[in-house]
Amino acid sequence: MLAKRIIPCLDVRDGKVVKGVNFEGIKEVGDPVECAAEYDRQGADEIVFYDITASHEGRGVILDVVRETAKKVFVPLTVGGGIATVDDIRETLRAGADKVSVNSQAVKNPQLIKDGADIFGSQCICVGIDAKAVAPNKWTVYINGGRIDMKIDLIDWVKRVEQLGAGEICLNSIDTDGVRGGFDIPMLKAVVDAVSIPVIASGGAGKLGDFADAFLKTDCSAALAASLFHFKELTVGQVKADCRSKGINVR
Amino acid sequence: MIAIIDYGAGNIFSVKNALDHLGIDNKLTSDKAELESADSLILPGVGAFPAAMEMLRKSGLVDTIKEQAKIKPLLGICLGMQLLLERSYEFGECEGLGLIKGYVDRIDEPGLVIPHMGWNKLNFRQSCPLFNGLDESYVYFVHSYKAFCSDSSSLFADCEYGSSVAAVIGDGKKVFGCQFHPEKSGETGLTMLRNFASLA
Repeated sequence: MLAKRIIPCLDVRDGKVVKGVNFEGIKEVGDPVECAAEYDRQGADEIVFYDITASHEGRGVILDVVRETAKKVFVPLTVGGGIATVDDIRETLRAGADKVSVNSQAVKNPQLIKDGADIFGSQCICVGIDAKAVAPNKWTVYINGGRIDMKIDLIDWVKRVEQLGAGEICLNSIDTDGVRGGFDIPMLKAVVDAVSIPVIASGGAGKLGDFADAFLKTDCSAALAASLFHFKELTVGQVKADCRSKGINVR
Repeated sequence: MIAIIDYGAGNIFSVKNALDHLGIDNKLTSDKAELESADSLILPGVGAFPAAMEMLRKSGLVDTIKEQAKIKPLLGICLGMQLLLERSYEFGECEGLGLIKGYVDRIDEPGLVIPHMGWNKLNFRQSCPLFNGLDESYVYFVHSYKAFCSDSSSLFADCEYGSSVAAVIGDGKKVFGCQFHPEKSGETGLTMLRNFASLA
């Protein structure tokens, strides 16, 4: 039986793992290659690098990070942040990433999803989505780190993304992100019901039981968190043990 | 030396990284003479079956691979495994290498999330040298099509996803294929690659 995946995410800026508090007061918390290796030891099912390097020239640094990590860590690696063109996708995969995550650029240019899937295969195209509620059970899609409302209905967008050839969706709720009160179950459920590709829950994990909660209340395939794991409040192993004790199949 | 066949398809660097990490001599190559002098061969691949088969044909390596597979170990990974079968129905019918009897078709069951993506648990169906030192553990899959082997003797391991999904197959001699990615399946996958290398 397919296991539910637990995915730690590392925010990387200029080659260093950072953790921001509301986009201000970003602090460095370590070397990404070492952090990835530690998550691998803890039993992470995949590792996500999210590149928040501001300048385009700085992008080469994340590729070095991926290259070094891919020599030491033998679980799937996903890279997101700043991927805008087919060439960006190619470069990132060639550096050793197994998947890329495209977000704002996919909203601005949906053809990027189709081109990426046609050339490299759906399996390596993950579409990251930031969304926020506008009414009960109605959400719209945001870009640029949750700052710009594109006024696109979330459910319309996820169906379109699937049809364009995305292999997976990473769904981040702006409403629950940073609040640490658990994943956005209604949003997650609505998206999982609308598509037949895997959906990763993101945004809101604050305590041990939140992961199992997402798996028990929705059919999401994976759950992702950053700060909880960064600050060693929880290990991937603890999260899996909790899931296992509640009858959820994990590796 | 293991030759990793570089015909333009797939994330070949991951396979190389894993073999380098294990200290196993290897080379990415599309050179016929190098495939002939190698101790064993790995056929990687991701993407679509017809496109990969077309690239393989253009590389002029189809006959070499078929000949070499009779005399040295060959491991197909993911799409590389699917190419070992006789044919696929991905985007219409397409002929494969025909080294293992059977075909490839879409995973098609109602209510199932596709692609089959993530870690699934192997069930060993027969003894296989690739399993030396291993228990039935989890390995990483990502695919939307699966293999249907004509002979049950070709199936070494499967996993459950809706129904049975062929995970490790072979011709009973020197040809092996795994649907999952051993190079991305942690220690279990690395052990299988080490076991494969030791067959040469």
